[in-house]
Amino acid sequence: MLQTIRERKSLQLLGLMLPGGFWLILFFALPLALIFAISFMSRDDLSRPALPLTLANYQQTFDPLYINLFLFSVGLSLLTTLITLLIAFPVALFMARLPKRWRNIMTLLVMIPFWTNFLVRTYALQFLMRANGPINTLLLSVGLIDEPAQMLSTPFAVLVGLVYGELPFMILPLYTSLEKFDWSMIEAAQDLGANALKTLAHVMLPLTAPGILAGSILVFVPSVGSYITVELMGGGKINMIGRVIAQQFGQSSNWPFGSAISLLLMIVVTLAALVYFRIGRGERGAV
Amino acid sequence: MANDFAVELREVVKLYGTMAAVDHVSMSIRHNEFFSLLGPSGCGKTTCLRMIAGFERPTSGQILIDSRIMGLTPPFQRNVNTVFQSYALFPHMTVEQNVAFGLEMKGVARAEIARRVGEALALVRLPHLAKRYPKQMSGGQQQRVALARALVNRPKVLLLDEPLGALDLKLRKEMQIELKTLQRDVGITFIYVTHDQEEALTMSDRIAVMSHGKALQIGSPLEIYERPACKFVADFIGETNFLEGRVTAINGEFATLSVGAGQTFTGRRVNGLRVGDPATLSVRPEKMQLVEHPVDGAVNTYEVTVFSIAYVGSDTRVIINLGGQRLDVWEQNSTSTLNPDDYFFKPGEKAWLTFKPENALVLAQ
Ligand SMILES: Nc1ncnc2c1ncn2[C@@H]1O[C@H](COP(=O)(O)OP(=O)(O)OP(=O)(O)O)[C@@H](O)[C@H]1O
Ligand SMILES: [Mg+2]
Repeated sequence: MLQTIRERKSLQLLGLMLPGGFWLILFFALPLALIFAISFMSRDDLSRPALPLTLANYQQTFDPLYINLFLFSVGLSLLTTLITLLIAFPVALFMARLPKRWRNIMTLLVMIPFWTNFLVRTYALQFLMRANGPINTLLLSVGLIDEPAQMLSTPFAVLVGLVYGELPFMILPLYTSLEKFDWSMIEAAQDLGANALKTLAHVMLPLTAPGILAGSILVFVPSVGSYITVELMGGGKINMIGRVIAQQFGQSSNWPFGSAISLLLMIVVTLAALVYFRIGRGERGAV
Repeated sequence: MANDFAVELREVVKLYGTMAAVDHVSMSIRHNEFFSLLGPSGCGKTTCLRMIAGFERPTSGQILIDSRIMGLTPPFQRNVNTVFQSYALFPHMTVEQNVAFGLEMKGVARAEIARRVGEALALVRLPHLAKRYPKQMSGGQQQRVALARALVNRPKVLLLDEPLGALDLKLRKEMQIELKTLQRDVGITFIYVTHDQEEALTMSDRIAVMSHGKALQIGSPLEIYERPACKFVADFIGETNFLEGRVTAINGEFATLSVGAGQTFTGRRVNGLRVGDPATLSVRPEKMQLVEHPVDGAVNTYEVTVFSIAYVGSDTRVIINLGGQRLDVWEQNSTSTLNPDDYFFKPGEKAWLTFKPENALVLAQ
């Protein structure tokens, strides 16, 4: 009797999970399995993935060229995350302190860029930073520089593009967590003798850690794998791991190698995120 | 020193928009005094505490702590600690860590912190919950953690905003005694907000009764109860009967008032009353007696009709009708009886009401 009830229960559960599970399999597990399979293949004469199976693709990723590219990508993405955090925290703080009505308006303003195509926005940014673009024109006319500054096609341009593109993804989780923040905590800390800095370190940051963690992941992960921004802002001169992957699936027609890098990147990023969350949680438990 | 007070408020005003949450409040709190702010919800008690703690800046007026004008001194530089009405415990810290926070900020040695945190938790009877997080505790337990977190710092002045509000009656009484003992023994100045008048009366050296942002009267529990300065205080503290009338005679400390259908009553007068002024007689239910036969020529003695009787153990609460006005009279049950007929006053029957002039107050309108 009990057995059948339990069976029915698990059947029900299965039924509930079916639709979600279906889409998950179709759009996540299946492509992933495909990539996994291809990453162990070699190429035929027409550059199509083919048998025999090989480990060569993975061996190739350990080429210093790709290791350096990977480190550069991670470094630039970490910098992007840090800068967005530094910009977004005051903004989110300001938003959370506004009266309720203004808060909703501000949230809307932060989300407005999403209504415009990302490509279009990046082109706009590219235009701004061009040799004869508005920024250079302005700097020249003010007399701060004598000749147009080379901004595009530098790591700086990519950084600006990434920060610009990812900023809302940092502001929104931070704002969500600051909006829930109980401001009497600050008063309690000050009452107990904590100055502004100590209040920030011991009370504010630990209590807003979930927002900081979420925002950082949301910014870091897409940054590491970013492609469009690198392509447009880097002007073909700056290479990052995402662009390498795109090239393998495009121009180079080396799907097996592209798949191998993709998988490795995914594994590394996932591991990093896990460690990051673990550290974040540890910090919240400590004083 | 001329004015050696722990905390002083001088003509302090706090406006929110155009509303005065605190309205020209002046009070001087002595060292080691148990000083209570008592008043109905919204009268400005919390706002007063917040200004003393430094979270709120007075719109005008001055606040002095230890004879030093506070002005813009930030909260963390004031030698006061607060027990917040909302507890404001840190949710990411255990009870122990919460209590240790203030000492850590001051850089107290680790061993000393552990010892004092242990003591503070023992005092509020929570040593067994030291490792819990605030979320995992009841409101009353959280309140006691808030108390321990403030007490552990041994501040000169402790600001307590209804610190026992969430406790059940028994624990509340116990904690009242603990707090009072601690305050006396350790020598901390307490500024204690409550709207429980019994709590204020039993614990305080002095009480400030507040209403609509004003401190209406500041005095010892005895003064507040026996000599309320105005109608609001008389009404808010304890029970009382009011009889409205007009002053017909002044005789030294006493004033005579004619009320309703020609009765006259005499009571202690407050300063400034003159013949012809409208005034209110305030007389507490326990300070009046019902008698079968009046003494000839006694003042404040009139025939009344008994309206209802309620036996409440220590006394019998009688509602009487005096010329159309209902008054409460509490007769102490000084003899033990099981027979209702032993009471000479019965609902619907006549009796005589009497009280001495020194037991009543004539207050300005
Ligand atoms: N930040 C604020 N902005 C506007 N009005 C406020 C603010 N804080 C308090 N008030 C108002 O000031 C008045 C006094 O508030 P306060 O919190 O001091 O009352 P209280 O005596 O502590 O009441 P309670 O017993 O309910 O805690 C109230 O009318 C309240 O609405
Ligand atoms: Mg209050």
